[in-house]
Amino acid sequence: MLNPAPVPRDPAATSRLLLTLLAVALLWPGLRLSELDLNVLVDGSNADTMGSFVSAFWPPEHGSEFLALLWQATLETLAIATAGMTLALAIAIPCALLATRALSLSALSRGGRPAWWTHALRWPVRGLLIVLRSIPEIVWALLFVRAVGLGPTAGVLAIAITYAGMLGKVYAEIFESVDPLPARALLGGGASRLQAFLYGVLPQATGEMLSYSVYRWECAIRASVVMGFVGAGGLGQQMDLSMRMFAGGEVASMLLTFLALVLLADLLSRLLRWRFA
Amino acid sequence: MNNLQTTQTPDHAAAHGPALRLAGVDHTHAGGQLALRGIDLAVAPGERVAIIGPSGAGKTTLLRLLATALKPASGEVELLGQRPWSLTAGARQRLRTRIGLIHQAPPLPPRQRVITAVLAGRLGQWSLAKSLLSLIYPLDRQGAADALGRLDLADKLYMRCDQLSGGQLQRVGIARMLYQGADLILADEPVSAMDPVLASHTLGLLNREAQRRNATLLASLHAVELALEHFPRIVGVRDGRILFDKPAAAVGQDELTALYANEQLGRPPASAPAPRVQLNIPRC
Amino acid sequence: MRVLSRLLIPLGLLGAVVAAFAFLQLDSAALLSRDGLTQMAAYASGFMTPDLSASHLRAIAHGTLETLAMSAIGTLLAAILGLLLALPAAGRFGLVAQAASRLLLNALRAIPELVWAALMVLAAGLGPNAGTLALALHTAGVLGRLFAEALENTPPPPADALRLAGSGRITAFCYGTLPTLWPQLVAYTLYRWENNIRMASVLGFVGAGGLGQMLYMSLSLFQEAQASTVILAMLAMVLAVDSLSAWARQRWVRG
Repeated sequence: MLNPAPVPRDPAATSRLLLTLLAVALLWPGLRLSELDLNVLVDGSNADTMGSFVSAFWPPEHGSEFLALLWQATLETLAIATAGMTLALAIAIPCALLATRALSLSALSRGGRPAWWTHALRWPVRGLLIVLRSIPEIVWALLFVRAVGLGPTAGVLAIAITYAGMLGKVYAEIFESVDPLPARALLGGGASRLQAFLYGVLPQATGEMLSYSVYRWECAIRASVVMGFVGAGGLGQQMDLSMRMFAGGEVASMLLTFLALVLLADLLSRLLRWRFA
Repeated sequence: MNNLQTTQTPDHAAAHGPALRLAGVDHTHAGGQLALRGIDLAVAPGERVAIIGPSGAGKTTLLRLLATALKPASGEVELLGQRPWSLTAGARQRLRTRIGLIHQAPPLPPRQRVITAVLAGRLGQWSLAKSLLSLIYPLDRQGAADALGRLDLADKLYMRCDQLSGGQLQRVGIARMLYQGADLILADEPVSAMDPVLASHTLGLLNREAQRRNATLLASLHAVELALEHFPRIVGVRDGRILFDKPAAAVGQDELTALYANEQLGRPPASAPAPRVQLNIPRC
Repeated sequence: MRVLSRLLIPLGLLGAVVAAFAFLQLDSAALLSRDGLTQMAAYASGFMTPDLSASHLRAIAHGTLETLAMSAIGTLLAAILGLLLALPAAGRFGLVAQAASRLLLNALRAIPELVWAALMVLAAGLGPNAGTLALALHTAGVLGRLFAEALENTPPPPADALRLAGSGRITAFCYGTLPTLWPQLVAYTLYRWENNIRMASVLGFVGAGGLGQMLYMSLSLFQEAQASTVILAMLAMVLAVDSLSAWARQRWVRG
């Protein structure tokens, strides 16, 4: 208008172009590697098989014999989750006590900072916890199925191990997050570490620990269903069998049961957490 | 008349009647509070009108009615020779491309760049493909730079809106409207966040642009002196009614006193809180 | 009442634990007997010498890339599908569409990835394609819900102003809503991608490709050494993703 000065080019254009090219360059081989092909879903024979499978979803199977089996499987799922959580707690609490800095004796005289060598002593336990929780529970389940055979035992052990890793880490963090003065006072007064923990740390940490454990129990129920697919018992194993037999009605019933179970667990967990909080 | 680039002269337009006409318009807020009562107003094409009045008098409601953001409870609204509420939705959108509303606090996405915010003024005239392409790479850089240059913001072309001050944002809002090239310019407190010198300068510019393109300009203003200085015609609004409507030269001090009687000074700050990104999803 | 609940809840929990162990009839005696333990130790010792031969490592590298590709493409598909479903779920197209899309999102989300994968293996055959689709379906449910919430929380005035200046619905959304929404969409999608990398590595257990399928095959063939390497690769991948995302979070979210 007044002075038709040249308009500067968009300074972001080059970086945007490069970013787009980078994304395409990374995603293109990804597309090949993932063998993405949406056509197989609508492809003739596949679609027919799938169609008859899905159309059998309604009505869901509800014969009394099947319902008895479903009931057993559901109970088994709940039992796997509960027993697994119990074992996980039994492993997690000692590990958390070993891993936490909250009960460090050397920290007493060092303004709350432990000496380097006690730090080093805690690392093996922390490393163990990391390994336990970083390998997905279903991998543990698969390993235990090979070791102890098909059935709920593998599921219980898998949950126990993975969840021990998660609970141990979180418990140790909770211990460190509470007010350290009571425990330090007790330690300084000559109490043993266990005494200091029981009287100085635990009273402050109980609520948070319980609420996190209940939440994890809820997760364990989902996990135990999923682990059934590798043969670790419960609802998942039955679902896998029914799928292999293309029994749509049975799968539908089991999916509904699973959804109801998750919903109930969520309700119960919310109730308990509200109670504890 | 439906042309986007109308090049009408005042005589030409007069044949088609006023640029806007309100007849017996009432409006009630959602809360049931009566906002406007029996508004009659006619503005000829190319006319420039200031709306003044105390806070809460209904100035903003009046402008939103004219911008077709609100549908009146009763009465007639006629804009640029058309009745927006008896048009089809598509025709109403076409009419809206010719109406530019300048907001007091321009609702611009904080992370949007100034150039994109200005170019958004012509979305109603662009095709979908052009609009989407321009989002990735701004197409009409020259046009946006011209509009911003007139408001002395050419150097802010590629800045993000959240890096600008309130007064700069208001000027970006005006630049968007200039770029839109509206025939009917509605401005709601367009200079409220600027210092007096800049406010006067900007209002002068707005008036010159309106005159240059023979567009009709309606602006609500809090500062009476600015209204009297820049606008030939003044409309005083109080309690949802038009108190007076006369040339600026004829507005007397007693009328202004009546208009602002018992007004509480100090207005609530207008601000739109930006949402925060939060990530606290429990993982199972 | 308070005393009752303080007493009832621990008793209930204790009862549940006892009942669980009783129901499962865990054969802990056999498991913890000398015989059982030596058997376990023999099985575990097979994993102590991971197969680090070049050909196996190449296969693992391919499996890892496949896993990453599955997770990335699956998450990308999910983000697109999730956004398409989030628009009606946030009430943009009326109440009926809102209820229907919410129901669909909940159904997609409620079924775990592995179950989707088992279904997709039936529908689309063995291989990473099934895994990608399974991840996409479940994640679409998760992201769709998050996107819909983000959409509902985005202030409408910018888009409304554009509509008032005559723009179309799509352009008003792209210019008025998307700039504010975009960072949240990206954050949620990246967060979910991180999760899906973990998940993609195990979907292979039901035949849906990636590292999981390699592990399943090796274990079925009693090749503990090869299986051990795959587990190590999974562990490395999970740890790498964890530390990368922790670093990124520290760098961009808090900083």
